Amino acid sequence: MAEPVGNWTADYDIFSPEYVKDPFPIWDEIRGKCPIAHTERWGGSFMPTRYEDLFNIARDIENFSSRNVLVADVMPQPGEELEEEPEMVETYNVGAPPITSDPPVHTWARKLLLKPFSVTEVAEYEQETRELCNELIDAFIDKGRADGAVDYAQQIPPRVIASMLGIPKDMTATFTEWVRGFLELGLTNPQLRQESARNIFMFMNDQIQERKAKPGDDLITRLLAEKVEGEPVPESHVLGTCFLLLVAGIDTTWSSIGSAVWHLAQHPEDRKRLIEQPELMPNAIEELLRAYSPVTMARYVAQDTEYAGCPIPEGSKVLMNFPAANRDPKVFEDPDKVILDRAKNPHIAFGVGIHRCAGSNLARMEMKVSIEELLKRIPNFKLENPDVVTWAGGQVRGPRIMPIVWGS
Amino acid sequence: MKVQKVTVDSEKCQGHNRCYAMAPGMFKVDELGYATPRGDGVLKTPQDVELANRAVENCPERAIDIVEDEG
Repeated sequence: MAEPVGNWTADYDIFSPEYVKDPFPIWDEIRGKCPIAHTERWGGSFMPTRYEDLFNIARDIENFSSRNVLVADVMPQPGEELEEEPEMVETYNVGAPPITSDPPVHTWARKLLLKPFSVTEVAEYEQETRELCNELIDAFIDKGRADGAVDYAQQIPPRVIASMLGIPKDMTATFTEWVRGFLELGLTNPQLRQESARNIFMFMNDQIQERKAKPGDDLITRLLAEKVEGEPVPESHVLGTCFLLLVAGIDTTWSSIGSAVWHLAQHPEDRKRLIEQPELMPNAIEELLRAYSPVTMARYVAQDTEYAGCPIPEGSKVLMNFPAANRDPKVFEDPDKVILDRAKNPHIAFGVGIHRCAGSNLARMEMKVSIEELLKRIPNFKLENPDVVTWAGGQVRGPRIMPIVWGS
Repeated sequence: MKVQKVTVDSEKCQGHNRCYAMAPGMFKVDELGYATPRGDGVLKTPQDVELANRAVENCPERAIDIVEDEG
């Protein structure tokens, strides 16, 4: 167990239980005291918490590179590395473009994704998502209780992304395990992270070979057919992008849906309002994204630089605390209050600048549909016991165990 | 006769689609999600002005502006 934190501005620990459970007062403390906090823990990093600072740093791609976006990148101790065949590493050491790319690669790599994830194309999956939500609800509605994270939120994004990629939906549990192994549990456990990444890459590589032999009507086939400057997109690039789609499309959205369920379970007035005023839903989704932003990304400092008088040496890591920015009282009135019809909400839950989340339209659609269907079928649900809810923190924050009950 | 116009800075827009979701009659998005004003962007009614102001306040990239123009 790590030492408890005594000083949040000079020795923060984003994996400490206190931070994972309730980071909001900690962010307030840091925001009020020190524009850029620093820590030596987990390989060392700097952390901005003010909206303006996150906005500026995200847009300064010269100094703050995306070549490494993991918030903790703990390396295996010598002798603890996985034994790997060199050619195997060759196959899967391809990054996760475009999230890990800087321009110029980033520019074309991102374009490949923007069209399939546009509002119009995402809408084609809405009906299927609605049916999926209802199937999930059918399975537990008569029991009067369910785990809002495990039985509902967690089940939705992996199936939707599987549908887009044309991969078997019965892989859901396996994907979830891999993605958590890479992004959640693996952040502080290098062996698990490496193993999970390898599993995802190997699986996606098999899928790519299958599509080459037998093209389908899916995103993998489409990416393989894309051209950049007249040349086909390299297969290794498609592999990295498929890895990204799985890793970025699962934990994140499921955390957002879970946090929305967690909020609504405790706020009957907000449930009532959404049932009576369904037209409020899009605005409410933005507000829930703001208040419970799941994602903290990282940047790698490409050259010695300085921000707000704070020298940041080359090779440092900066934690892009978008969730803290979204609770900055300088930008958001009453930031700790969820106001479903909030008028001024330029939140940056999906980041800001050229790395704005490419899947944001898909995430919004999944959130909207899953909350609408849940409220339709089970208008009155509450937390069975708020004290047993557990949260994942670090790169992606959201509820992981969250029993809800209804009907009595 | 001065008129007010809504503009989108295409250098700043990153395709968040917030303006389009809020005011689909005032903004359009291309197939990649990048926004532009519909038509000439002239704000004809007080409701238009209010809607345009909301778009300004909700764009995370600060890409939307309201400018005075010789109509």
